Amino acid sequence: MPNTAYILLILLLPLFGFVLLGLFGRRYIRGFSGVIGAALLFVSTLCALYVAYNYFSGNAGMPALRRTYTLFGATWLSFGRDLSIDMGILIDPISAMMIVVVTVISLMVHVFSLGYMKGEERYSTYYAFLGLFTFSMLGLVLSSNIFETYIFWELVGVSSFLLIGFYYDRPTAVAAAKKAFIVTRFADLGFLIGILILSFQAQTLDFGWLINNLSSFEHSPFNEPPVFLGLPLVDWGLILVFIGGAGKSALFPLHIWLPDAMEGPTPVSALIHAATMVVAGVYLVARLYPLYTLTRDVQQVVLYVGAISALLAAIIACTQTDIKRVLAYSTMSQIGYMMFALGTYRLFPPSLVDPKIGFIGSMFHLFTHAFFKALLFLCAGVIIHLVHSNEMKDMGGLRKRLPLAHICFLIACLAISGIPPFSGFFSKEDILSAAWRADKFIYAIALFTSGLTAFYMFRLYFSVFWNKPATGHPHAQPLVESIPLVILAIGAAFAGLIPFSHLLIVGGHVHSTIGRNAVPPVLIALLGIGIAAWLYYKQSDRPQKAAAAFRGLYTAAYHKFYIDELYLFVTKKIIFNCIGRPAAWIDRNIVDGLMNGLAVATARISATIKGIQSGKVQDYAWFFFVGIAGLAILFIYIVR
Amino acid sequence: MNLSLLIILPLLTILLLAFCRSQSQVRWVSFIGVTVQLVLSLVLLALYWREHAVHGATRFLFESRQSWFSALNIEYHVGVDGISVAMILLTAMVMVGAVLVSWNIGAQVKEFFVLLLLLSAGAYGFFISLDLFTLFFFLEVSVIPKFLLIGIWGSGPKEYAAMKLALMLMAGSALTFVGVLGVYYQAHSFDLLRMFSEGAMPLSVQRFFFPFLFVGFGIFSALFPFHTWVPDGHSSAPTAASMFLAGISMKLGGYGCLRVAIALMPDAAREYSPVIVTLATIGIVYGAFATMMQKDLKYINAYSSVSHCGFILLGAGMLTPTALTGAYLQMISHGLMTALFFAAIGSIYERTHTRLVERLGGLQKIMPFIATIFVIAGLCSLGLPGLSGFVAEMTVFMGSWQRSASGYRLATVLSCASIVITAVYILRATGQTLMGPVKDPQYNSLTDAKWNERLTGILLVAGILVIGTAPFWLTELINK
Amino acid sequence: MPVIPLHYILFLSTALFFIGMYGLFTRRNMITMLMSVELILNSVNINFVAFNKYLYPENLEGLFFSLFIIAIAAAEAAVAIAIIINLYRNIRSVDVEAADDMKF
Repeated sequence: MPNTAYILLILLLPLFGFVLLGLFGRRYIRGFSGVIGAALLFVSTLCALYVAYNYFSGNAGMPALRRTYTLFGATWLSFGRDLSIDMGILIDPISAMMIVVVTVISLMVHVFSLGYMKGEERYSTYYAFLGLFTFSMLGLVLSSNIFETYIFWELVGVSSFLLIGFYYDRPTAVAAAKKAFIVTRFADLGFLIGILILSFQAQTLDFGWLINNLSSFEHSPFNEPPVFLGLPLVDWGLILVFIGGAGKSALFPLHIWLPDAMEGPTPVSALIHAATMVVAGVYLVARLYPLYTLTRDVQQVVLYVGAISALLAAIIACTQTDIKRVLAYSTMSQIGYMMFALGTYRLFPPSLVDPKIGFIGSMFHLFTHAFFKALLFLCAGVIIHLVHSNEMKDMGGLRKRLPLAHICFLIACLAISGIPPFSGFFSKEDILSAAWRADKFIYAIALFTSGLTAFYMFRLYFSVFWNKPATGHPHAQPLVESIPLVILAIGAAFAGLIPFSHLLIVGGHVHSTIGRNAVPPVLIALLGIGIAAWLYYKQSDRPQKAAAAFRGLYTAAYHKFYIDELYLFVTKKIIFNCIGRPAAWIDRNIVDGLMNGLAVATARISATIKGIQSGKVQDYAWFFFVGIAGLAILFIYIVR
Repeated sequence: MNLSLLIILPLLTILLLAFCRSQSQVRWVSFIGVTVQLVLSLVLLALYWREHAVHGATRFLFESRQSWFSALNIEYHVGVDGISVAMILLTAMVMVGAVLVSWNIGAQVKEFFVLLLLLSAGAYGFFISLDLFTLFFFLEVSVIPKFLLIGIWGSGPKEYAAMKLALMLMAGSALTFVGVLGVYYQAHSFDLLRMFSEGAMPLSVQRFFFPFLFVGFGIFSALFPFHTWVPDGHSSAPTAASMFLAGISMKLGGYGCLRVAIALMPDAAREYSPVIVTLATIGIVYGAFATMMQKDLKYINAYSSVSHCGFILLGAGMLTPTALTGAYLQMISHGLMTALFFAAIGSIYERTHTRLVERLGGLQKIMPFIATIFVIAGLCSLGLPGLSGFVAEMTVFMGSWQRSASGYRLATVLSCASIVITAVYILRATGQTLMGPVKDPQYNSLTDAKWNERLTGILLVAGILVIGTAPFWLTELINK
Repeated sequence: MPVIPLHYILFLSTALFFIGMYGLFTRRNMITMLMSVELILNSVNINFVAFNKYLYPENLEGLFFSLFIIAIAAAEAAVAIAIIINLYRNIRSVDVEAADDMKF
């Protein structure tokens, strides 16, 4: 199949970039590294678009095929008779979509960084790390074996660590990188144990066989007796895998690393922490979706964690003053949307609407979100470069100085708020439909959250581009920074017109988006925009008065609900002081003390006995005599 | 392929060293000696593969036997199988690294290299022996030089550390010897091959002597609670000795546990399995927590070795084929990784004269090569895919999960949890030493790695990467 | 003349032996210890001669052995005195308790 070669190219070109720029970039290639990195990725993107086009167009009239190419006929790492990690590539609708998303966004970031990171001392290392990340992310979405996913999952985590800590002489950046890695590592522990459970139950690690074996109706593992807290083992496996995904996707309560991750360079935030890595958790659940749909309890978990994350993040975002942090919480909120949509399947009452609409909505939102969130971050990068600060109070009235960024930012904000005809409207509509049919309470939360989304995004928009009087001339922006903005803006605006449901599911229904259910979200969004405009359009004391009105909630939200402090308490006081320190103390004093004690005891006994060796000849003579006499008596009288 | 060459070559090198006149000659002769050794082990690997493809059935190849003390049935009996070949290759690589890293030893250079090469001869002999007594003989050969190396060329509380290490290892060997005698009393022979092919010993004998053998070898492999020689011993030792100690010497214990204790007495092993698993898990988790609290780089690595060698014992205790393979993989992976780590720490110590994490900082800018080596070793320690640690640890986990009793499952879960704690201490060490602002302005004038340190780093990293990205050849080698 | 019973002589030699041992174990002066050793050797001589004369009158091995013992005792006394003189030169004393350097 000629496609195999293209798919391999998609994967290997960024890896080649990493190796090349990593080994030789610093000394030999230097300033040219960016062009090389971007060029490699450009070819990779073309291949991805070609493969996706082939895949989806070949779809017309045929059922959605899941084609699995298995490379490396021999297994990579074998664990015995049936279980082994095989390196393979899986192309199905969501992976084909993802390779497009990852390569396109990565390419935009590569091009943008040509201007943004110019003159940076470790320029080639930056592009090397970007290449490593892109390779890992592509490997993650293309894996055909759950352990292979885990491998690339970890590689993505390391790339993220290296990129967040890129400015490594800043202690805050180092701390943020460590925090990100450790929190995601903790989640990965869940993923690993989940893999162990699922693979043991299904006796295979391959996705296709895994889903097949676990969803068989005879001897279904879902009907096994509960093993812990009333859930069978396979449910726990799925929950643990979900925990792994929740960590990577920064869902409550494993979200604490995402805001701090903004210490990395802004294009990195655009790529990793907005569009690609953080959706890995959503992708993982989507990949195992047929299993998740079989159990109601786990679906509840997914649903509630997603919804709580969405709401919590939106509330916190309303109070943050650092532009990147607002966007970070916004990302967390949108991912919450994607996740809870995946939890709606089981809860659908029988109806005409396909319960898979949650899945469709989630993937569609993933796609559109990648565009507008990356766009938001890149615009933020342009803004930050101009004003040399991340704080909103240093911005204001920038619409004359940054006209292109202004338009793009506006488009992105409209998209994220779900205003038609921009893309966010279509994807959110699917999600909200799913929520409406699954659980009205969740629908209410989701609706409220979308209002909040509109509010805090336009709060940001107005604070940056309006608020203060607009002065100044348009800032000269390099072409390499402008082109990605334009391309992403086009995507954010028009991606909604793609008939996603056709692409993802066989015989996907064409649902009418113009219906009663489409109206309330738009109205709430307009309300949110209106309130934001009223508060922030001009400089006034209305925001302070509004904040004072909600004082308790405002303070709590401003301090991110003290969750970070809670974590610090648990790790520092409890884990370090109550487990770590005693362990080290016990080792030094008790275990080692025992050994030393043995030595001391031996020495003392020896000191006591040594008196026998008195150096006096007559004592020795005595011993002689007693010994001989004793032996003589022994042999003459006792031993006959 | 005469296996005794592996022992003769180091001894020959030692002999040549006696004729060297200058320090530079000593270094070069040693370097050439260990390089020849490395080439020889690669040749062995290739020959083994070819021979194995031909005689698939026989397990041990290149056998040779010579009667030594016929009255006691002691023979000089050597042979290799896949695992031995892998361990010999590991030893050769670490030795090359160790010699290179010791290029700047100032005092009594000749004696240092003589002792180091003697250690390696002992290790090679251990891995190729098929006679229990010969095995024990070579084990002993490699204990005394460690005492001298740490006591003379070490740093910190070196006399105390040397004494503690020597005494505890001697205690281990004493226990092993009791076990060996027990085996002899039962089988009237020291021949391992014959004992493998015969049936197992009666259960009562097994039950009595298995603890001696296992605990004896286990002390070498940091079995809780006899692991306390590791932190002081590894940290006070000179870099090359640390590399050998952590990289190879601890594997002598693992190899002994697996090859001698478990293989000769499988029924007793199964009975004692819960105990072994418990001790191994405690070693892993407790070792990891203790590592978190350490302030000295070498202590961090030493406690981390206790924790990682716990995986070897865990795999040994679980007794499933996958877990045993994982234990062997971990022996090789950890050997390379910890040698690399000690080499990096040694380079840093040589330049900054401090190992305390709080006094170091911002070294990435000043010595990028050493920093990269440090980071790679750290990432391997935390089990990053693409490096050998992942392969080994995941195999142990998958193998351990096969035993479905809840106690074993709990042990597996706890051992898995250690990957988080490992991440914490590795990242703390990396973040504080390499990243951040430069702590002491004097560090700005330090130099990066020289040719010998670069070569060590590249060699060991290559090994780690090869196993990490293409583990199938190694698992095939181990599984015969 | 009535023959003296053997055991009288044996009593004598045993008594001499134990007196010699007592002197060896108890006396502090090295020369006196040497004299006690001579006593022991002489008691053994008496024993040999007595047994020879009373039990095996035709043979002379006992007498010969006594001659050996006398010769060896003389040589040993010479060597012992030499050692004591050297020791005296080092530690300035002939007290055996002062020569206790070979202790723990």
